[in-house]
Formats: sequence, structure tokens, C-alpha cells
Amino acid sequence: MSRSCKAALLASAVGALLAWTAPALADGFANVGRPATPAEIKAWDIDVGPDFAGLPKGSGTVSRGMEIWEEKCASCHGTFGESNSVFNPLVGGTTAEDIKTGHVAALKRTDFPARTTFMKVATVSTLYDYIRRAMPWNAPKSLSDDDVYAVLAYLLNLAEIVPDDYTLTDATIRDVQKRMPNRDGMTTAHALWPGPDFPGMAAKPDTANAACMTNCKPKAELASQLPEHARGAHGNIAEQNRLIGPVRGQRTGPDTAAAEAPSPALALAEQSGCLSCHAVDTRVVGPSYSEIAARYRGKNSNETADALVSKVKAGGDGAWGAVPMPPQDDLSIDDAKTLVAWILSGAPQK
Amino acid sequence: MSNLRPTGEATPRTDPLVPGADISSADIRAGRLRRAPENFLTADDIRQVGKGRRDFLRSSFLAAAAATGAAALGGRAAIAATTVAGDGDPNILTPTPWGSSLGLPVAANPYGQPSKHERALVRRQSPGLTQVPAASVSFAPLQGLFGIITPSGLHFERHHQGWQDIDPTRHRLMVNGARPDFVKTPKVYTMDDIMRLPPVSRMHFIECGANTGMEWGNVAVPTVQYTHGMLSCSEFTGVPLRTLLEDCGADLKAAKFVLAEGGDGSSMTRTIPIELVLSGEVMVAYGQNGEMLRPENGYPLRLVVPGVQGVSWAKWLRRIEVGDRPYATKDEAVHYIDLMPDGQHRQYTSIQECKSVITSPSGGQTLLDKGYFTISGLAWSGRGAVKRVDVSTDGGMNWSQATLQTPVLSKCLTRFTLAWNWDGRPALLQSRATDETGFVQPAYGQLRAVRGTRSIYHNNAIQTWQVAESGDVNNVQIL
Ligand code: HEC
Ligand code: HEC
Repeated sequence: MSRSCKAALLASAVGALLAWTAPALADGFANVGRPATPAEIKAWDIDVGPDFAGLPKGSGTVSRGMEIWEEKCASCHGTFGESNSVFNPLVGGTTAEDIKTGHVAALKRTDFPARTTFMKVATVSTLYDYIRRAMPWNAPKSLSDDDVYAVLAYLLNLAEIVPDDYTLTDATIRDVQKRMPNRDGMTTAHALWPGPDFPGMAAKPDTANAACMTNCKPKAELASQLPEHARGAHGNIAEQNRLIGPVRGQRTGPDTAAAEAPSPALALAEQSGCLSCHAVDTRVVGPSYSEIAARYRGKNSNETADALVSKVKAGGDGAWGAVPMPPQDDLSIDDAKTLVAWILSGAPQK
Repeated sequence: MSNLRPTGEATPRTDPLVPGADISSADIRAGRLRRAPENFLTADDIRQVGKGRRDFLRSSFLAAAAATGAAALGGRAAIAATTVAGDGDPNILTPTPWGSSLGLPVAANPYGQPSKHERALVRRQSPGLTQVPAASVSFAPLQGLFGIITPSGLHFERHHQGWQDIDPTRHRLMVNGARPDFVKTPKVYTMDDIMRLPPVSRMHFIECGANTGMEWGNVAVPTVQYTHGMLSCSEFTGVPLRTLLEDCGADLKAAKFVLAEGGDGSSMTRTIPIELVLSGEVMVAYGQNGEMLRPENGYPLRLVVPGVQGVSWAKWLRRIEVGDRPYATKDEAVHYIDLMPDGQHRQYTSIQECKSVITSPSGGQTLLDKGYFTISGLAWSGRGAVKRVDVSTDGGMNWSQATLQTPVLSKCLTRFTLAWNWDGRPALLQSRATDETGFVQPAYGQLRAVRGTRSIYHNNAIQTWQVAESGDVNNVQIL
């Protein structure tokens, strides 16, 4: 069977799958789910649409909003909503002229990289809805409806859409919509929505490449290459690729593995053969080093250490079970001390 | 200890302080990785030797005699020689530590982990892309993945307000209407309820709308992990949303849009196209690759919207609202809107159009040597199945049809391969996918001609990897 035949078969299998309907019985899915109570719906159905459906009654002034902003928002977004440290600036880049035209002119400029929230957002409902559900970022849903009105009034004031003495309410927000700087800045004239539900939707995608196979163009010219400074900006790529296979990663930075060198005591334990019977966290032949550390935690440390050093040197059994630890004749007393101290401190890897 | 240190450890191949400066290139024939043995170890090889040494020591109790030799030869194990010196490969002639000792017991790792040698392939952030890590992205390591399924622990992440590990016994899904007449009986479902309903399992890709967004204007990042790694593919198990809507008595004629809402702090909302709900494709999923969803991917419940950008796949899904007009939520009115050259933003752009990328060899890698390679990559389309993929090695002047590995599924990743004999000369690798609608993935020039360079979202242009004579592969763009 040809590949394309197989693909077609598979594709039709998908088609069949989608036509599959749930094998419900005559009385549906009995005892699955239950009706939601009005209070439950009220608690969760908090979305506010662009037509203001779902908008709660309430109001807030710019000056009250400023208090909330300074207490709960400015730390991340800056006093004037201009901060770039935690997220992109919320305010800036819009003009009085934009408020008239409904298009933010700076969005046409290629020499104006900033794109603040107010430069983009067309619908004021979006901001009310979002602040109410998600801000402050670290304490979402903690603002009252009136506080959301107030802090939004303050943001609108920072963006010079409403005056200092403004009161934003569920009624006045409709006037604000008519002054949103980018209110006419959205288009749905594209083919990236799977239905015909929006005005001006395009029937066809906006690019139309052809599957040319030979002599498609006279030459292949590079339009852009990775800038030299960007080569090392993502760490050492050698460490982001497998050590086997047809390729290796390029060395683009220092070897972090070297920086994270294992602790010398771990190396000593390896070299002394301890790790053939002991692992840090799991029992192998002998107890795990973390078990040993846990058993002796809080005991008189000098005496414990001395006893364990002798035990390691001489070997023995009975403390953990019937399996004996063999004597470690070649191990120096100093090394034994280092090892026991390391084990009692929890056997850190680094 | 010093007797176990492989010779050559002190002479790394490149100067770590001058990234990319190949201080020993004179020795290594045009800078290509030479599969030469000892005295020629990269830092990685040295590290591998180190691990081998640890292995050896762990097993020394049982294999004391054999091991000394094996460890000393560990350096050579790192890169096998093309031609064998002496009697043969010591990895064959001398007992290996793993072949001559007792291994670890069952359930030593109750939840299995990848080999410690695979630590390179992990999710990574792109430095400087975002200001804070709880509103950020981690990219999947596409450069090292095989086939089409993304291991759940390597699935890319995009969080807007951090991730949560929700108590599944306390998780609820509510279905209601924007107006009372849209849903006859608004309902609440527990996870028990949802998992009782007839399940379906389907494989789909998920791609962030901003995938490849850093590259709209010019090349910006070095590897496929960062250019294309906001892409993953899983088998999802769950219930078609349509089943739930019917169970609640939703008016599927009046319904034009559906709102999906998350249960985390952001309670992220997105307008979902009713067409994909009615077709049965949109599902409320709890399963991912045979187990429950990972917390980072929405445990215990997320929406799956095949073919549509990831932001619509609401994680920690708590509510579905049936409505008759779009919602202009924050992530469809401030973000995930595509800036066009005329200053207008395209809103409600959702479909991830046909796209492909070669993952091996890819940016930041170096070919081992001249000779045989398999060019391998991924293709996908938000409009259905991939029909064919063509690969060019001369920057798009001439193309060859690649082989598509099965399965080839709708709105799912498809793996393609093409045999390639690299003659050691510079090459420009590209892949170009065509989907079942006949749409052909655009070149950068074509895409920019209509959308400019400032869109951020939905960049599905043909990717080019430049292969230099040295074997180094680098990210470049061709119009
Ligand atoms: C702890 C830091 C923090 C605090 C405090 C905070 N925010 Fe935010 N805010 C953020 C982050 C981060 C985002 C972006 C979230 C995302 O990526 O979805 C954001 C997004 C926003 C946005 C949407 C901007 C856009 O362009 O998407 C608005 C509006 C906003 N915050 C308003 C507020 C208000 C009002 C307050 C105070 C009540 C507040 N924030 C407090 C961190 C914070
Ligand atoms: C052949 C296996 C083996 C080797 C090699 C080995 N151990 Fe042990 N070790 C054991 C066993 C078995 C026990 C438990 C003995 C017992 O129950 O008293 C033990 C116990 C211990 C204890 C706890 C003793 C106690 O009384 O609580 C310490 C500390 C210890 N080992 C350290 C080491 C160090 C350090 C080395 C390397 C120098 C080492 N072991 C090498 C098998 C081994």
C-alpha cells in the first residue's frame, strides 16, 4: 500500500472517530453530575463581555483608585503603570488624537517598539473582567467590585482617557468605551478562525506557497543569521544535546557540570568503594547514608563519630541487620573520619 | 583517584571562556568532530567518563578485579573510533562494569526516571524572554525527541500566573449559559462524574500561538528548542465537550461560542469556536499519555482544542459557558492578537496553520562527520492531516519528498525523514509541509509580505538550518 493511501485510510479513521457519539442509554447518563445552584453560578460566573453582559453594579473614583493602586498594584506595575520590571508597561504610547480616531497611531510605526496594554486593548470590559479575576497577581479575586471600578478608573486616568475627578460606574463605563484609544484597532479579516462567525472573515489563508520541486529559484540568499552575541545567550548548547547519536551540541559556554563538581567526600566514598554497598537515599547492601544520618542525629556527635570510624575501619554487623560490613583495612583514619563526618551531615552530593 | 582520571582531561577542545572558539581546530580536520579516541575528549566526554567511573565504583564490590581496566578505558567509550586499533574495541574485549555486576532491584525508582545520561534533554527557559518565571514559558527539547509523542515531563509549559497542583477531589467543572435559555440545566460535575462518562483517547499536537515568535523579524535564538519548542504532542483521554453540553440540555443551535475558564489564580478565559465543539473534537481531558495530566499541564482537567493555539486549551478547567457572542477576554484582546503592518491587530486568530521543522540536524548542533545522515523532523497542521513534506538541502532551490512515518493523524504531529549523504560541503536544510487542504507552508518572504514582522504570533514560515563545512549547524533565514 502506498504511503498516501495509508495516510488517507488513517485520515478516514479519524473522520469515523469524530462521528462517534457517546454510547448514552435512553435515560442519558443517570446520576452523573447534578444541577448547579444559583449561588454556585453567581460565585463562578464572573465574566464580563464586550457588551457589558455580566458587569456588576457599582462605582469607584479615580482618587480611591489611586489609593488601591499604590497599596496593591504599584509595587509590580510602577506608580504610573509604566514599569517594565515584572510585566510590560500598562500605560503610555496613546494620544488625545488616538482617543478621537479610535486607532493608536504609534502601532503603525516600526520605530516605536513599545506596545502597552492601553495601546492595544479595544474593549474596556476586558480590563474590568481581567482585573476582577486575576489581579493583584499574587492575590487574585481579592478586590471588591467597587475596588475594581476604582482601580480601573485610576488606570483610565493615567492613560488620559478620563479626568481626575471621574467616577467610573456600570453606567459611565459605556461612555469610556467610546473613548478607548484603540477601540477600532481590531480586525477579524483573516482565515485563522475555524468558522464564519466574525465580520469580514477571509475564506482562504493569506499565503499561497506552491510545492515547486526543481529549479525553484536561481539562488538561495541568506536574509538573516544568528548574531554572534546570541550564540552563547542560551547557555552551553553542548550540554543541551545528547552525548550519542549523529550530532553533538556546539560548545557555546562554560561547562556547568565542572562548576557543579561533586563534593570531595563523595569522590572519596566512590574511590574507597563505599558506594558499592551504600547509596545516599536507598538501601543497597548496607543502610542508606540518609538512614544512618537520621539514626544518629542529635546523639553526642564526637562519641558517635568515633564509634562509627572504628566500626567502618573494623567492619561488623548487628546495628542494621545480619549482613556484615567488611573491614576497610586500606582506609586511613583521616579518610574514615572525613567519610563519617560527611555521612552524618546527610551525605550531600555537592 | 588520579590513576582513574582519563588522560586528556586537562585539555578541553574549546576554550570555555571564549564560546565557540575552537582552540584545537587545526587538529581536527576542518573543525569537525573527529571520532578520535583518548587525548581528544570534549568536556562532555570527560563528564561521561566521570559517570562511568562512578558506575564502576558502585559495582566494584562485585567486580573488583575487572573494573580497573574498564574504568581506565572509559574515555574511549565516549566516542567510538571509526577504525579499531589493536585487537579491537576494549568495550568488547574487556568486561564492562554493567555486564559483570548485579544491577539495581525492582522499584528502586517507584516512578521511573530517564537515564542519568539524558540530563541534557530538559525543558528550558529562554533568558530575557519574560520578566518573571511564573508568567513565562519553558521550551521542549525537540532537538533530542523521537517519533511524535512528547514525554509528559518534557511537555512545554506556558503559565500566566504560576502553576498549581489542584486537589482532584475538590475540583469541579460547571457548565452554564450566558443566558438561562442557552443551557436547560446548568450542572456541576466532579472528577468522579467526568471519569464515569464514556472516554475517548486521541493524539493531538498543542502549539503556543507565539511559537517561533522571537524569529518574526530576524534570527534571534540558536536552537530548535527555542525556535520551535512551544510545541508538544500527547495522547489525551477525556470526554467530548459536546457530550457534556448535551447532558446539560444546551441549545446547540443558539450557541455560537463557548467560554472556557481555568480554576487557577488567573482563571484564564478564552472564546472557543462552536464548530470544533459540534464536530466532537473539543474535549475535556484528564488523561495524558496514559496517566493523569501533569500539574503543569492542567491537572486534573484541561480543555483540548485540536488545531487551535495552546492558550485556548484552558488548564485546570473549572467552567464552560455557552454563549452567542465572543468574549474579548484578556488573552484575546490584549495578547494573542497579531499586529499587522497597517497597525490593526488581527483578533480571534486561533488555527495553527501548516508548519514543519527539521529537528535533526538542527541549530546549535555539529554533524559527527561526512557521510550518511537521516534528516528528521516534525510536521503538523491545525486544519487536518499532513499530506506531504518536502526537504531541500540547497536552501529551497530543489526539493525531495520526505517519508512520513505512521501514524499520520489529523491535528497531530507527523514525523518525516529523508536519507542524506553529506558530502562535507555547506548546505542549507529546509522542510516544507503541505496539509490535506492543499495549503503549503509559506517561506519567510511570503509570510512577511502579508503580515510584516511585528505580529509575534502564528509564525509558520519555513525554517532554514545552515550546515557549515565544519559540520556546525546554525540558524539562518531565507526569504
Ligand atoms: C505581584 C505583581 C503584581 C501585582 C501586585 C499586580 N500585578 Fe497586574 N500583572 C502582573 C503580571 C505578571 C501580569 C501579566 C500576567 C500574564 O502574563 O498573564 C499582570 C497583568 C496585569 C494587567 C494586564 C496587562 C496586560 O497587558 O496583559 C492589568 C490590567 C493589571 N495587571 C492590573 C493590575 C492591577 C489593577 C493591580 C492591583 C490591583 C495589579 N495588576 C497588581 C503582576 C502584578
Ligand atoms: C561490602 C559492603 C559494604 C561496604 C563496601 C561498605 N559498607 Fe558500610 N555497611 C555495610 C553493612 C552491611 C552495614 C550494616 C552493618 C550493621 O548492621 O551493623 C554497614 C554500615 C555502615 C555504617 C553504619 C554503622 C552503624 O553501626 O550504624 C557506616 C557509617 C558505614 N557503613 C560506612 C561505610 C563507609 C564509609 C564505607 C566505605 C569506606 C563502607 N561503609 C563500605 C556494608 C558495607
